[in-house]
Amino acid sequence: MEFYGYERPDGSVGVRNHLLVLAPIDCSFEPAKRIAHQVEGAVAVTQHHGCGLDWMVAHNLIGIASNPNVAAVLIVGLGCETLNADIIEEGLKPTGKRVERVIIQEEGGTIRAIERGVRLLREMAEEVSEQRREPFPLSRLTLAVECGGSDATSGIAANPAVGVAADLLIEEGGAVIISEPQEMIGAENYLCKRAVNREVAEAIREMIQKQVRRLEAMGVESRYMSRGNIEGGLTTIEEKSLGAVRKGGTKTIMGVLRNDWSGLDKPKGGGLWLQDGTGWDIGSVTHMVAAGAQIVVFTTGRGSTVGHAIAPVIKVTGNPETYRRMGDNIDINAGTIIEGVESIREVGERIFNLVIQVASGRKTKAELLGYREFAIFKRDRAAERLLGFC
Amino acid sequence: MIAMARALRIDEVDNVATLLSQASGGEIVEIVSGGGSIIDRVEALEAIPFSHKIALIDIAEGEEIIKYGEVIGVASKPIRRGEWVHTHNVESLRLPERRI
Repeated sequence: MEFYGYERPDGSVGVRNHLLVLAPIDCSFEPAKRIAHQVEGAVAVTQHHGCGLDWMVAHNLIGIASNPNVAAVLIVGLGCETLNADIIEEGLKPTGKRVERVIIQEEGGTIRAIERGVRLLREMAEEVSEQRREPFPLSRLTLAVECGGSDATSGIAANPAVGVAADLLIEEGGAVIISEPQEMIGAENYLCKRAVNREVAEAIREMIQKQVRRLEAMGVESRYMSRGNIEGGLTTIEEKSLGAVRKGGTKTIMGVLRNDWSGLDKPKGGGLWLQDGTGWDIGSVTHMVAAGAQIVVFTTGRGSTVGHAIAPVIKVTGNPETYRRMGDNIDINAGTIIEGVESIREVGERIFNLVIQVASGRKTKAELLGYREFAIFKRDRAAERLLGFC
Repeated sequence: MIAMARALRIDEVDNVATLLSQASGGEIVEIVSGGGSIIDRVEALEAIPFSHKIALIDIAEGEEIIKYGEVIGVASKPIRRGEWVHTHNVESLRLPERRI
């Protein structure tokens, strides 16, 4: 099976043709946004962790700019930041994509920087607009799966159906990334026995155990579930986590993707990959897109609306009532499983088909409604050191 | 025809199914598989809320509760086919000390 995408100089394939205006620090984000607003197809992003060089943040910014959905990059910097344009540009070299920069202090202020930025970006947009979609096998796709605003239907309808779609993509040679180690607590044995080898099994156990220790250090009793979970029919944390990880499907786990100061790993081929990340959905999606995912499937029970700056986000709900009320935001109604109209398998096939259509250019509801979320999560380095994790 | 209560058995080795609608005591619950076929009919021995679990077989005390093809806990007392399966008769293996 095939999808239609944009081939990049490094051989990766984008499902979108975005121009990324990247402010490595928030000091230059206002002009970056103004430059992006002026040019069709551009999107501006930044991070909010200061101008010091934190490599977890830098790896993620470079990862986002390297994503094949980004056709070309304009860096808009202030000039005195340590996490600067040189670092981003160096990180982007292997991609071979066009990278330009405008530095406000060097240009002589905001107005000159914006003028030069808009001219550069307009010219880049002309170049990018020449590119055409071509057919590629599904093995060139990496799908990220995420959940947010879950309810009692998520673990029995939306997540298992997305899991079917994930399995189908992997059978075609594609890759799937699932993150949120917090949601894997209690499912360690299940995940470890699906690992491709013992090293990967150990890496899975270690990643989840670290998250347990972080929660303990924060004083959060990770082992208890919320009253809402229990009222919704979830009996044990094992059941809750098994329902959450089901959205990644049932295939062999090929590895754990690092996401810290030492590096941001990308999947080394097809299959299911676990990423060390955060339970915060926008940050989690950004991490997986930084690791190369071109497309996201996001399950929600209560009705999450978020999208992403550079990747299409397909929304799936297992709650038929949520779909009735919020169909403007939801792409797939998996509530048909609850109502007995469709099976998990049938909905999973529908999701898989929509993934191919969206990869080929069809817009998701989050895209059509202008959702362009972006956030970089970083760990507290001092806390990680105290825990002995770095 | 009166619509029957239905429950989803996600994996074929599961010994519980999740209610897709609420069931009252004495009601017959139709058990469906992930592929959509009807695989069993079980009488609910008590009222079971939507999205809660029903036992598909008799489960002895200490026996594993299986959902998603995996162990989600153990029975803390004997559970009969058709009974509501939740925190009152299941304990987490990870958290044997948990009590709500």
